[in-house]
Amino acid sequence: MRGRSALSGPALRMGGLVLALLLLCVVGIVTTGGRFASVGNITTLLALAATTGVVSIGMTFVITGGGIDLSVGSVLGLSTVWASTLSTQYLAEDYGWWVMVVTALAVGLAAGLVNGALVAYGKVPAFMATLAMLAAARGLAELIAGRRTQLVEVDPFLDTFRADLLGLPVIVWIFIVVAVAGWFLMNRTTFGRRTVAVGGNPEAARLAGIKIKRHTLYLYGLTGLTAGIGAVMALARTTAGSSTNGTLLELDVIAAVVVGGTLLAGGRGTITGTVLGVLIFSTLTNVFILNNIDSSVQAIAKGAIIVGAVLLQQWFAAREKATST
Amino acid sequence: MVDVDPPGAEQQAQQPLLQMRGIVKEFPGARALDGVDLEVRPGEVHCLLGQNGAGKSTLIKVLAGAHQPTAGEVLLDGEPVTIPDPVAALGLGIATIYQELDVVDGLTVAENIYLGHELARGGVTRRSDAARNTREILKRLGHPEISPHREVGSLPAAGKQIVSLARALSRDARVVVMDEPSAVLDSEEVENLHRIVRELTADGVAVIYISHRLEEIRQLGHRITVIKDGRTVATSLSVADTPTDDLIKLMTGRAVEYSFPKRPGVPEAAAPVLEVTDLGLGDVFKDVSLTVRAGEIVGLAGLVGSGRSEILETIYGARRATSGTVRLGGKRLRGGVDAAVAAGMGLCPEERKSQGLLLDEPVYRNITLSTFARLAHSGWLDEKAERAAAQEQVEALDLRPASVDRDARTLSGGNQQKALLARWLVHGCRVLLLDEPTRGVDVGARSEIYNLIRRLADDGAAVIVVSSEIPEVLGLADRVLVISDGRAVHDSPADDIDEHAVLDMVMEGSVP
Repeated sequence: MRGRSALSGPALRMGGLVLALLLLCVVGIVTTGGRFASVGNITTLLALAATTGVVSIGMTFVITGGGIDLSVGSVLGLSTVWASTLSTQYLAEDYGWWVMVVTALAVGLAAGLVNGALVAYGKVPAFMATLAMLAAARGLAELIAGRRTQLVEVDPFLDTFRADLLGLPVIVWIFIVVAVAGWFLMNRTTFGRRTVAVGGNPEAARLAGIKIKRHTLYLYGLTGLTAGIGAVMALARTTAGSSTNGTLLELDVIAAVVVGGTLLAGGRGTITGTVLGVLIFSTLTNVFILNNIDSSVQAIAKGAIIVGAVLLQQWFAAREKATST
Repeated sequence: MVDVDPPGAEQQAQQPLLQMRGIVKEFPGARALDGVDLEVRPGEVHCLLGQNGAGKSTLIKVLAGAHQPTAGEVLLDGEPVTIPDPVAALGLGIATIYQELDVVDGLTVAENIYLGHELARGGVTRRSDAARNTREILKRLGHPEISPHREVGSLPAAGKQIVSLARALSRDARVVVMDEPSAVLDSEEVENLHRIVRELTADGVAVIYISHRLEEIRQLGHRITVIKDGRTVATSLSVADTPTDDLIKLMTGRAVEYSFPKRPGVPEAAAPVLEVTDLGLGDVFKDVSLTVRAGEIVGLAGLVGSGRSEILETIYGARRATSGTVRLGGKRLRGGVDAAVAAGMGLCPEERKSQGLLLDEPVYRNITLSTFARLAHSGWLDEKAERAAAQEQVEALDLRPASVDRDARTLSGGNQQKALLARWLVHGCRVLLLDEPTRGVDVGARSEIYNLIRRLADDGAAVIVVSSEIPEVLGLADRVLVISDGRAVHDSPADDIDEHAVLDMVMEGSVP
């Protein structure tokens, strides 16, 4: 419906990502046989992808809206610490496991709103504001935890989030729900439309009457919230809150989003692409680990994939511009 | 063509330094220059006069090597030369100082002056030599206080202009072209600029000076060439012997007459929709008051930099007024753009691509950019309703191609303008603000846009139109305000004033 070049562009990009993912799976099956294709391995792979995945959905929004959030890893770490302090856990014992969840989400949301306020109203460049938050949140987490690992002893919390549902771990279900919700939010709601407008041409959006500052605040709040959800999942997976949780997560997340086809300059974002990007990186890690390949080699392969994906993006963009004139 | 002999015998004896003969420049679908002649002598200030769109900018771009002429020749010292690119122009000794100063803010004064021809030995820049030379040039320009090591971004507009000039001098320019250099300067800086121009000409440099301010031309200029509709209509007029009236006559009147829709006349009883009282924005404009009634089109005429666009943007809330009030339907507007839009105001900005459109989004989403939230159901988009609303406008406005799913980037200028108008039609505006609605729109589409604007007014909208083209303002508007140096100097029905009078007002405005 959207005309030839517009139709072939995104479809082709998605096709490429699916192809890359399938290729990785084939490599996995060929090199390790049943070990890769087993139910157990796929479940592990998805569980590992889930945390990064949820945060990547939030990041897709902020990048599409023309921003960036470097603080997600630190904020996730801070949320795990805050949600697992002795006092939080006492409260959770008394009132129920949801206290920990609410704490994690509230910390994430609050940190995101601080980022958003700095960027939207303080006019601090997003890169700097969230870099400052990256440092500060990590520091605060260390202060609170006293550099110790805080074990989660609230069994109902662990029972709830470490359980399986219909054959899949609960945290994988959380990823699925967040991704589906993110897709609808991006493609079917006014929030998504505003995000694309603000990222694509902020001046045009402003002159059309869109409240771009308020929307920017919301975008960072949303990303912070997904970091809080990620914190709940990390707590469940590692059964401990630690200030080192989520270290360098921002890099994995941004890589997945950009490889997925969201424009780093803003104005175009794809949730489907982000999910595929997350799966590609997780599968890559999984295949490398199964083959006992050094993690350094793995890092190099990651770098190569990122560069390749961005080069492809540029090439597509150039071609689209050429065909549309 | 009028040809007047220059006054002084000494000037008569001089050979022309630069001649342009029969310059033609064609762009796809338009002929920007249609046979321009220009003759400049060493040591003179040659003023280039013409209305917006007459072809002055294209002409100086041909001279600067930025455009290649379709026909015609350029002679330097009587020898034909070709100017394939800007570097070649500088090599020939032709330096151009553009209106938008083309200096790099992040570099120092010396680095800017030697940009592109750095003094270097073996790849290492000779900074001390560059600094010394720069200091000398700046001293010559009367600005020894500017340090060669200062970052250009920290200089005021006048300082940047000095740097541009210094760059021209560092290349031993023989012809210096200045495009409205005084537009960005205050009176003291204009004095200094004039002094520098006089010193340059005393050294035998020829200066081609573009200005809309006749007073300045009289103070500074020797001879005048007038361009209209891409043609030279008078060349080498003596500044001293040509009355203002004659100059304006030469500039006005048009080969291509646009047809404007008939004015039905606004009934006296029509209620005022937009009331602007004593609006001001810092030093940009002051005490602007105007009233627009339903069905009325008010035109703002003025030069670039007179404050017209800023007035529009301040009414719209895109700039925060420092004084005065804006009332819509009797209710005072507060807050930013979103409040104005909610109250029923719409703006089609001057820069369509950078301020108006999402170029990589389909046309229908551009059309519904102000209304998608209203068409949505509790946050859920209704793209079917959006498409239908957009389609209706696309058909009503005859927007081509008629598909609402194409990216906005693929539309022509005129159709992009229609898409912006469609946005406010879907929104249902009571007040429509149009900044240069026909810039970059080809001749055929212009009449369509004019008819469209009139129809909007007939349907009850209050419209304000800003345009650099005076005939457009006069032809389209019911009432005209003339803006000069941030003040409304005239307010009357469009029939009571003509192009000549408007030009007289905006050009005779005091040199700032």
